[in-house]
Amino acid sequence: MTVGAPETTDLIQLLTPEGELVERPDYPLDLSGAEIRSLYRDLVITRRFDLEAVALTRQGELGLWPSLLGQEAAQVGSARALNATDMVFPTYREHGVAWCRGLDPLHLLGMFRGVANAGWDPAAHNFHLYTIVIGSQTLHATGYAMGIQRDGVLGTPSAAAAVAYFGDGATSQGDVNEAFVWASVFNAPVVFFCQNNQWAISEPLEKQSRIPLYRRAQGFGFPGLRVDGNDVFACLAVTRKAMEAARTGQGPTLVEAYTYRMGAHTTTDDPTRYRLAAELESWKLKDPIERVKAYLVKSEQADAAFFEEVDAEAKQYAADLRRRCLALPDPQPLDIFQNVYAEPHPLLAEEQQQFAAYLASFEDAS
Amino acid sequence: MTALTLGRALNAGLRQAMENDPKVLIMGEDVGKLGGVFRVTDGLQKDFGEERVIDTPLAESGIVGTAIGLALRGYRPVCEIQFDGFVFPAVDQIITQLAKMRLRSLGALQLPVVIRIPCGGGIGAVEHHSESPEAYFTHTAGLRVVSCSNPVDAFTMIQQSVASPDPVIFFEPKRRYWDKADVETDSTDWTPLHRAKVVRPGDDVTLLAYGPMVKTCLEAAVADEDHSIEVIDLRSLNPLDIETVTESVQRTGRCVVAHEAPVFSGYGAELAARITERCFYHLSAPVLRVGGFSTPYPPSRIEEHYLPDLDRILDAVDRVFGW
Ligand SMILES: Cc1ncc(C[n+]2csc(CCOP(=O)(O)OP(=O)(O)O)c2C)c(N)n1
Ligand SMILES: [Mg+2]
Repeated sequence: MTVGAPETTDLIQLLTPEGELVERPDYPLDLSGAEIRSLYRDLVITRRFDLEAVALTRQGELGLWPSLLGQEAAQVGSARALNATDMVFPTYREHGVAWCRGLDPLHLLGMFRGVANAGWDPAAHNFHLYTIVIGSQTLHATGYAMGIQRDGVLGTPSAAAAVAYFGDGATSQGDVNEAFVWASVFNAPVVFFCQNNQWAISEPLEKQSRIPLYRRAQGFGFPGLRVDGNDVFACLAVTRKAMEAARTGQGPTLVEAYTYRMGAHTTTDDPTRYRLAAELESWKLKDPIERVKAYLVKSEQADAAFFEEVDAEAKQYAADLRRRCLALPDPQPLDIFQNVYAEPHPLLAEEQQQFAAYLASFEDAS
Repeated sequence: MTALTLGRALNAGLRQAMENDPKVLIMGEDVGKLGGVFRVTDGLQKDFGEERVIDTPLAESGIVGTAIGLALRGYRPVCEIQFDGFVFPAVDQIITQLAKMRLRSLGALQLPVVIRIPCGGGIGAVEHHSESPEAYFTHTAGLRVVSCSNPVDAFTMIQQSVASPDPVIFFEPKRRYWDKADVETDSTDWTPLHRAKVVRPGDDVTLLAYGPMVKTCLEAAVADEDHSIEVIDLRSLNPLDIETVTESVQRTGRCVVAHEAPVFSGYGAELAARITERCFYHLSAPVLRVGGFSTPYPPSRIEEHYLPDLDRILDAVDRVFGW
């Protein structure tokens, strides 16, 4: 890494937007045709159900939805690099990661529909709760990694590592910088996976940083890499290497996945107020799904029937998800009092009992 | 007279403040080109420039901490916190630094910093976007804490807050941003910032509210055909205009307080205690509080049960009569 070198030379890319392989012996990736087709399937299904969630929001069925459009490769590539025993700490946009971990996206829709504040068991898929407060989860990931370290499993067959997802905007938060310090000082087995999608709502990256984000790591004392975030192969290879380094006791890595938020920040946002359509058009040429398709076609590892099949499956999956979303039961009023404490709490019990009596008084009246 | 929404009234008030005093700055996340997620600062960067309307890095502690530094250098920063639930990263700077600096300098320093916080629920939002954190701040000496409820007050109170030599925590009821009213933008005959307002006179019971609950209480007062309900909009939480409250409760002999924040250790507890001290022999019933439960804010599909509504307020009104 040379300071002042052109940024593009630092970008790790294994598959060009045109679908050509790039030689990178330092990031070996030996994928079978079946594995590539399965990556492609994850990319397509993720994009499709995300689209469905946007539509459901427009129809008033969800309160809000942060679309991952454009970031599928960063999420699928990095998530597919993880072992089942690794632990993921996501933001609120990691739908593709959730999918790869095996978490039913229905939970994600439920959160934005307002049936639960998150509402899944993080241990079920080693996928922690979505974190909306920017940056907080990077410290949780670091502490969790310190726990793995204290378990004495690093370098053994049961080694694991933590990965924290966050955005470009988040790199300004105190919590994120403190997480970098902690991870560095304790050599914690954590990978910081930053999806630089160029925007934090309306603020472009220049409002957060004067240097490329991956270079921040150097100042904290651990390696930082920039990967083409729209290249699923590169994201997979780079994350694999970083996670393996963490699992073998070599400490943290910052991975900056250079990508683009192709949609609005969330469904309530209006990007025409702050960015030019031309920018989006230029990123469309680097679409994360198209290049995999191009490669599969060129290398004759998939035919038209395969692509049709995946499209049909994605469509079917989204339709099914929509149906299940609309069938989600609303929480009941008295659920408000559930799970606040592990042990009984007298005031809460009293409030619950009073509120139940209050609700019952309406039933008596009618 | 101009018909303005509460959000536009704040915008007009901020514009006025910036025109009157070149030292007034606006800083926060997305306040520039976007005009803030609620568009309260819409157009201000275009008209006053990026030096005065600053899109900051994404860090609340940084926003308030640097606002303190700018204030020390003679500026009057108005910070926008994007949502109530995101003020907490800034709380150390607010409570430990901003609130105490004047005292520590033996009065040599002034900290004219305003921190605007959209607050409250009822908009179907995801978690951390519907909270009512006012009690954390009213509990902190050195801060002034106000809460507007309507466009007229929004227009005047934001300007008065900017003019204040002390730090002001300025709560904005987000579900009322789109409420409209005629605002007298040329008049300077303003109610003092820390004065409460009787917004509906009545004889039988006093209903105390601020911010988003004022409208709900007014609706409750209209709906109750059996009692003559006086509604007071406190407007200022610290300092509290206890005189206006005392005068009313001594007359009506009954009082109900409503806020969205949890009742336990909430602002209503302070009101109930103080009213009891001042009006003990006039009271026919204890001061009752209606508010959120002792739980985190629930998911939006059941928020209507958490938020005090007309029925829950009138239920409390009935109870102070049945005592
Ligand atoms: C502490 C905190 N402050 C403000 C917000 C409001 N907010 C939500 S998303 C966002 C921008 C985040 O940008 P980035 O980190 O780049 O992630 P992206 O949304 O682009 O994925 C902001 C300011 C928040 N959620 N938490
Ligand atoms: Mg971003």
